[in-house]
Amino acid sequence: MGEIDDLLPLPSATFHILIALADGDRHGYAIIQDVEVRTGGELTLSAGTLYRSIQRMLEQGLLVETRDRPAPEDDDERRRYYRITPLGTAVAKAEAKRLTDLIRMARAAGFAPRRA
Amino acid sequence: MRLYNLLLRLYPAAFRNEYGEEMRPLFARRRRQAKGFGVLALWLNTVGEIVSNSWLVHVDLLRQDLGFTARVLRRSPGFAVTAIFIVALGIGATTAAFSVTDFVLIRQLPFPEPERLVKLWETTPGYPWMELSPPNYRDWKEAAKSFTSIGAYTFNDVTMTGAGEAQRLTGTSVSADLFPTLGVAPAIGRPFTGDDDRQGAPGTVILAFGFWQSQFAADPNVLGRSLMLDGAPYTVIGVMPRGFHFPASDVQVWTTNRYGPGNYADSERADNYLESVGRLRDGVTLGQAQTELNTIAARLERQYPKENKGTGAVVNSLGEEISDRSRLLLLALSGAAACVLLIACANLANLLLARALGRRRELALRAAMGAGRERLVRQLMTESLVLATAGGALGVGIAMISVPLFAQLVPASLPIAGSPSIDLRVLVFAVVVIVVTGLSFGLAPVLRVGGGPDLNGLREGLRSGGGRKERLRSALVVVEIAASVALLVSAGLLIRALDTVRGIDPGFNPYGVLTLRTELPIPEYRTVAARDAFYTRVRREVEALPGVTSAGFISYLPISSFRGGIWPVSVRGEIDLGIRSANNVASLRFVTPGYFKTMGIPVKRGRDISDADTRDRQLVAVVSESFVKRYWPDEDPIGRHINFALGEREVVGVVGDVRFRGLERASEPQVYLSSAQVNDGAILFYAPRALAVRTAGSPSDLVPAVRQIIRRAEPKLPIFEVQTLEEMMDHETASRAVQARVLVGFAAIAFALAAVGIHGLLSFAVSQRVTEIGVRRALGAQSSDVLLLVLLRGLALAAAGVVPGALAAYLAGRSMEALLAGVAPADPLTLSSAVALSLVMTLLGTLAPTRRALRVDPITALRAE
Repeated sequence: MGEIDDLLPLPSATFHILIALADGDRHGYAIIQDVEVRTGGELTLSAGTLYRSIQRMLEQGLLVETRDRPAPEDDDERRRYYRITPLGTAVAKAEAKRLTDLIRMARAAGFAPRRA
Repeated sequence: MRLYNLLLRLYPAAFRNEYGEEMRPLFARRRRQAKGFGVLALWLNTVGEIVSNSWLVHVDLLRQDLGFTARVLRRSPGFAVTAIFIVALGIGATTAAFSVTDFVLIRQLPFPEPERLVKLWETTPGYPWMELSPPNYRDWKEAAKSFTSIGAYTFNDVTMTGAGEAQRLTGTSVSADLFPTLGVAPAIGRPFTGDDDRQGAPGTVILAFGFWQSQFAADPNVLGRSLMLDGAPYTVIGVMPRGFHFPASDVQVWTTNRYGPGNYADSERADNYLESVGRLRDGVTLGQAQTELNTIAARLERQYPKENKGTGAVVNSLGEEISDRSRLLLLALSGAAACVLLIACANLANLLLARALGRRRELALRAAMGAGRERLVRQLMTESLVLATAGGALGVGIAMISVPLFAQLVPASLPIAGSPSIDLRVLVFAVVVIVVTGLSFGLAPVLRVGGGPDLNGLREGLRSGGGRKERLRSALVVVEIAASVALLVSAGLLIRALDTVRGIDPGFNPYGVLTLRTELPIPEYRTVAARDAFYTRVRREVEALPGVTSAGFISYLPISSFRGGIWPVSVRGEIDLGIRSANNVASLRFVTPGYFKTMGIPVKRGRDISDADTRDRQLVAVVSESFVKRYWPDEDPIGRHINFALGEREVVGVVGDVRFRGLERASEPQVYLSSAQVNDGAILFYAPRALAVRTAGSPSDLVPAVRQIIRRAEPKLPIFEVQTLEEMMDHETASRAVQARVLVGFAAIAFALAAVGIHGLLSFAVSQRVTEIGVRRALGAQSSDVLLLVLLRGLALAAAGVVPGALAAYLAGRSMEALLAGVAPADPLTLSSAVALSLVMTLLGTLAPTRRALRVDPITALRAE
């Protein structure tokens, strides 16, 4: 558990990347697109930020590069695909819980609207 | 796209190789989508983004490398401590040496536009640099167009009375234009003006900042106060700023020259005592000023053919006035420090090389796991820089402790504050040295790894480090030995020189003599009778003290703070007081009876000055042997007459020569006159004022009693420069002693480091050859054979290092010959001792590896294979 706690709070780019990888392996550009769509265009990760985050996440063991390629017609030889690891999933969950707890406290304090 | 590729170069290569291929198409796609101003916005965004992200990646890497380094070093604390200590010695020596060298040689003088300040000298045959005489000074100043201004000064110590005990102050008498020439104004109060600096002007004084603080508690109301200096009132008109020291760091007060027509009379042209500083006009070079002064001096020589015979002019940059000897001494010091640093670097490079070999497997493993060459290089560099920084910090600490010792190498006669310190400049220097050191000794192992991932490293049972690296490591050790031999020889030469100088016979016996100076308050002591009464009373009472065998007064003691004092001499009556040259002058000293006995100066012929040599008797003189040799080489001097110091005097005695100008300088022949045989009020500059007391006991024990006797005789007298003659002699050789001590320290460090280097190299070699040694022993080799194997290796290294080292030492010795006091740069004793010492060092370094080699058990060694 200590290892996970050490990583929290996650930088927002890291959290977004984990979310983007939640439903399957993606390559870099797909991650950027996914984040962009999910945030309604609010957040467009730059290439630099993306790969710096990826490099660090690889070192931390949140991601792995995967050798399982998608169906050949979708594949692009030059692209690397990333997959979330169990640790990555655990960290994402812990971060989500941390944020939820935070929101709950904010609601109790009247800073955020109560859900109907 | 090319620009984008360029931007990507900001990233570490590893990152670029890994992700560059991915990032380029991403950017290309964005670029295609952007239109109009969007393109500009995209570029601006991208540049900002890449700059900040690449920086963060670098920081990430650094953090990783540092963490890794910390783990690695924790695993081998012995190595880490050794390495840090070696760096500390190298950096410490270099930093300390730099702090002094920078202080004295490099730093500009603390005056505005210091490069325009020059020192002016007269020159006559036999005296390449001579102070100016007031009339010549005035004529130069009026005629020269090369200068915006010229100022003059002369030393003028004064006695301050009326504020507690009488105090002797270090003072300088200046012309009103001196401070403006230097470009410095008082911090409080006003500068001297022409009205302060003319004959008959009321006395005014400006205080040095330090003196103002210590004597007047930095009281700003000091302005307008009256001080009694040499019995006359002076009004304080200003305080110079902190850090202003001129002409030397110990000056406490400045007064004005107040010259009148009398000082500028033609009869004064041969009286040289004014020092002069000029400020060059903008755009005028030193050479142009020199040319102009040559013309002026030549014209004056035509105008005053007698007084100015052979008188030329010399212009020197004020910043370069420091003596050649001090300069050489500091350069030698810096060279020695650089040697120590070189040895330290070589040693570390070797240590790291050995480690890199030991870590081949680790490094190969990391390379096999995909760490690029750049990553490994970066990691190794981080390690060596961490070691260099830690060692450097310790080294700066060492330098801080040792600077007070080094400070004694600063010549006192500089217009700068008393002592160097580790300030920002020095720290910046230290940081640069640390980085360069870290990079350079880190380079060796990096070059090794640089060859690409070494797959051999993964194989088991590798034998030796391989020929190429062995040679590199041996070469480094040879460099260490050579540098340490060079240092040993240089240190040895300086010790020999110190011994030589200490062995020089000063002409008197310095043991068991207390000396001190007083300054007779002249108005009351203008008459010979008044002075004589004082001398006689003090001598009688001092000689009555237990243990005291004799006491005597003299104008100025030899090798003391004033060493000049020469007078034209004529042995045949054709005296020409106007002409100066080196071959018709003698040192002039007035003495009381008892002086020669006290100093242990032997009376070779005739007699000493006696109480009977009074003014109403025949004027007498005692001359030195060199005087006799010059004027009457083969004749009996006793009874002959000379014309000297305003009178015709009969030679009654001959005494041994004294090196009054210092142990290492030539001194003019000496003439001693009776303190009683001078007209009232005449030649007061030479009235005896220094007392010497010889005792059978410890001279310093006498101080309170002698002080009391003088106080009782004349309470207004300041008593200063209280020291034993032995201390005075030590002071004379102090800079040599310090220099020798520093160099011996450096040599000892070098010696130890080189021994460590040999030890490291041979230990490693033995550990690499355990199998070979095992096989040899199994085949019947004796212990002595194994011993020889290791020993020969060590001796070969030593031989390879000693020869170039001795050669370098010889060259170093040649270049500092001026410091060697006649000791030959190829002094056989020094050279052979250094070689012998380096052999000892080699043997010491060989000891442990040899023992290890001897303990190799053939069975174990072969089984490991």
